Amino acid sequence: MKKFKDTFQDIVRYPSAVVGLLIVLALIVFSIYTMITIPYKEAIHLWKGTEAVVYKNPRNARPTWVNWFRKDKLPVSVDVYAGEDEDFTKEVTPRKKGGNQIEFNYEFDYNYNQLPQDIFIYFKSNYVDKNPFVVINMTTPAGEEIKIYDGGISRATNVRFGQEEKLLTRLVRLHGRDTETQDQLRSVIEGLFTKMGSYPPVVDKGTYTINVKATTFEEGSDVEAELVMHGTVFGLFGTDHMRRDLKVAIMWGAPIALAFGLTAALGTALISMFIAALGTWFGGWLDELIQRITEVNMVIPYLSILIMVGTFYSRSIWVLLLVTILLNIFSGAIKSRRAIFLQVRESTYIEAAKAYGASDYRIIIRYMIPRVIPMIIPGLVSAVPAYVFLEASLAILGLGDPTVPTWGKIINDARTNGALYQGMFYWILEPAVFLMITGLGFAMLGFALDRIFNPRLRGM
Amino acid sequence: MSIETNSQETSLEYAKRATRETAKRLARFFSIRLVLQIITIIIGVYITILVANMGGYVDTILKASILEEVNLEVSAMVTEKDIPREMREQMVRDLVAERETLAGLDQPFIQRSFRHLWNGLTLNFGRARFMVSDHGSRMVRNIILERLPATLLLMGTSQLLLFFVTLSIALAVSRHYGSLWDKLIVALSPTSSIPPWFYGIFLILVFAAWLKILPFSGMVDAPPPPTKWLYFLNVLKHLILPAGSLFVSSFFISTYSWRTFFLIYSSEDYVDMAKAKGLSDRAIERRYILRPTLPSIITSFALLMVGIWTGATLTETIFNWPGLGTTIYTAISKYDTAVIVGTTIIQAYLLGITVFFLDFLYAIVDPRVKLGGGK
Repeated sequence: MKKFKDTFQDIVRYPSAVVGLLIVLALIVFSIYTMITIPYKEAIHLWKGTEAVVYKNPRNARPTWVNWFRKDKLPVSVDVYAGEDEDFTKEVTPRKKGGNQIEFNYEFDYNYNQLPQDIFIYFKSNYVDKNPFVVINMTTPAGEEIKIYDGGISRATNVRFGQEEKLLTRLVRLHGRDTETQDQLRSVIEGLFTKMGSYPPVVDKGTYTINVKATTFEEGSDVEAELVMHGTVFGLFGTDHMRRDLKVAIMWGAPIALAFGLTAALGTALISMFIAALGTWFGGWLDELIQRITEVNMVIPYLSILIMVGTFYSRSIWVLLLVTILLNIFSGAIKSRRAIFLQVRESTYIEAAKAYGASDYRIIIRYMIPRVIPMIIPGLVSAVPAYVFLEASLAILGLGDPTVPTWGKIINDARTNGALYQGMFYWILEPAVFLMITGLGFAMLGFALDRIFNPRLRGM
Repeated sequence: MSIETNSQETSLEYAKRATRETAKRLARFFSIRLVLQIITIIIGVYITILVANMGGYVDTILKASILEEVNLEVSAMVTEKDIPREMREQMVRDLVAERETLAGLDQPFIQRSFRHLWNGLTLNFGRARFMVSDHGSRMVRNIILERLPATLLLMGTSQLLLFFVTLSIALAVSRHYGSLWDKLIVALSPTSSIPPWFYGIFLILVFAAWLKILPFSGMVDAPPPPTKWLYFLNVLKHLILPAGSLFVSSFFISTYSWRTFFLIYSSEDYVDMAKAKGLSDRAIERRYILRPTLPSIITSFALLMVGIWTGATLTETIFNWPGLGTTIYTAISKYDTAVIVGTTIIQAYLLGITVFFLDFLYAIVDPRVKLGGGK
């Protein structure tokens, strides 16, 4: 305990160690928080990106906070439920012939210079035989009332404004562009949100109203509506090309990176230490064998073997973790550990242990290994970033676990979908910053520990 | 007078004899090392083949190339004659069966694995399924050999630069221990835990996407510049970012460890003694710091050479640099197993050879091996 306290006091003396320790602790807390708020199964489900999961998310949206730094604000995504949210009102009046007349009204200000990606209304209704009928109208700030949709709806219907072909024809007529000198209207959204007849198109800023009149024909038949507008910013982390919320992968990246990095570093260090201890204690052919294996292992190209395993056998992150550990046990580290054990073996206390008749096993476990543990701790901590980045490297090579959301996967997705060329820097920078902080945290702590445990480096 | 001449002669003779004995010992040492290293390489390549073969992939590669060969031959044979389809198919089947027996595919796995080992060691990797070398060859060997120079250019430039720059900076910094620069290097050394490809992404982001002054990726513009001189300059321009990211990634840790290393050596008593004698800094550095550290410097240089073969897979991929790393990446995405296995084997091979040279160099600079070790 006292030794532990001393070590802690030593750590406090190095500012970089304190920063490193804080980062590592913060990461651990963040990981635990992630695991509690988004259970693993749910994270994997969310990361599959099925329509039911991502329908509210725009594609390739930047995080919302980019608006804080912009003069020209980007349209924010909206998601409102009729009746539950104040702006989206729902009024039910019974009809004489049975059924209800339901009116929804949504009024919103649109003051951005850019167009939203899409607007849609998601209807849910209950009925026995006769399905409800809806009419959707939208009023622009200029007072123009445009019919968006009219028709029957089923139990679940999604009216996407952007995909209404008839509406597009109507809007083309309304805008009346001269197609010989001007571009034709590109989309419904452009038609709805720009000033009529303006060219080049200018966004019509002001208050828009969306009015929905639904008619039901049966007693107790009801319609619910959810209105979603896809802006070009979304959430705290933004979205990717499959409209998945990057939050899932950014958050889950932490526990996975920690699990991978710590397990690999710890596993490799402990097993190689144990093997080195066995080799030096028993000597002879065992020691010789260990050395030969190490030499062979140094010749095997480590990353390429991992790549082969990833391609031919399994992309599971845990299989790759196991192979990583196996390939790293007999590395150069085992040689330096062997050198340390050779010294330890000659110590007088080991001789004393032999004299009182301690078994080989007891000597190795109780006397030799504890002596070496402080020496391997700095290396162990410093090795964590290498493994964390290894996982990301495999993802970059396209060998990432397809189901598991990790930081490396985001970078790979971003890279292969041209984030760098198209200026979607948030997509790469977010996971990159997290990876970097993790790497630096462990590296700083490891470096400081090295100087604490290695007296020769102390003054340097 | 005569006594002196005599003693000179004996010392000369002694030196000659010593050299002869050293040479003999070195020869013996190296023949043993050579044999051991060859065995190591063979085992390494064999393990690589086993890993690749567990899923039967090496066999698949072989079968695929036999089938392709036979198909080509048969279609060349029958183009002019009107042979019914069934007969042609029969011909292909017979020939394939014959060739497969010839290639030993009907033999037990152990026997086959040794055949694969031999093929691997003789760089006989078969044909690629999808990838084609720039000269249109489908031989995996040609694809790999064509890509090797690009890897050598990138790694050679960055690693040599890194080695000499960090060494000289470390030497300068160790002279001013505790200065601002010294502290800066120590403080920044943890940044080297971040791998080069990661710096690569940032460099692309800043210099290519944002400032638009350097190319995103590749080795040369398309179409390539007409004259040799312009071509060279163009390659150099493309080299800056990938080589830069490799350089930046290792710069601080490398400088830090050399500096610490030199500091340990310059706190020796004999250095203090030299200082007390009033020798110049330069002389102290050359005679008392660099000379005793030479074996370590050379070893680390050789280790750096080892790193050249395997180090840059990711960096090459990020920068689309047409070297071995990108080849592996393309092979993975196209599932071209023959190329993956071939590249891995050639890396094992090159690593083994480099490790041998490392031993060789180390033995030459290590005084214990050089002189008097026998006595």
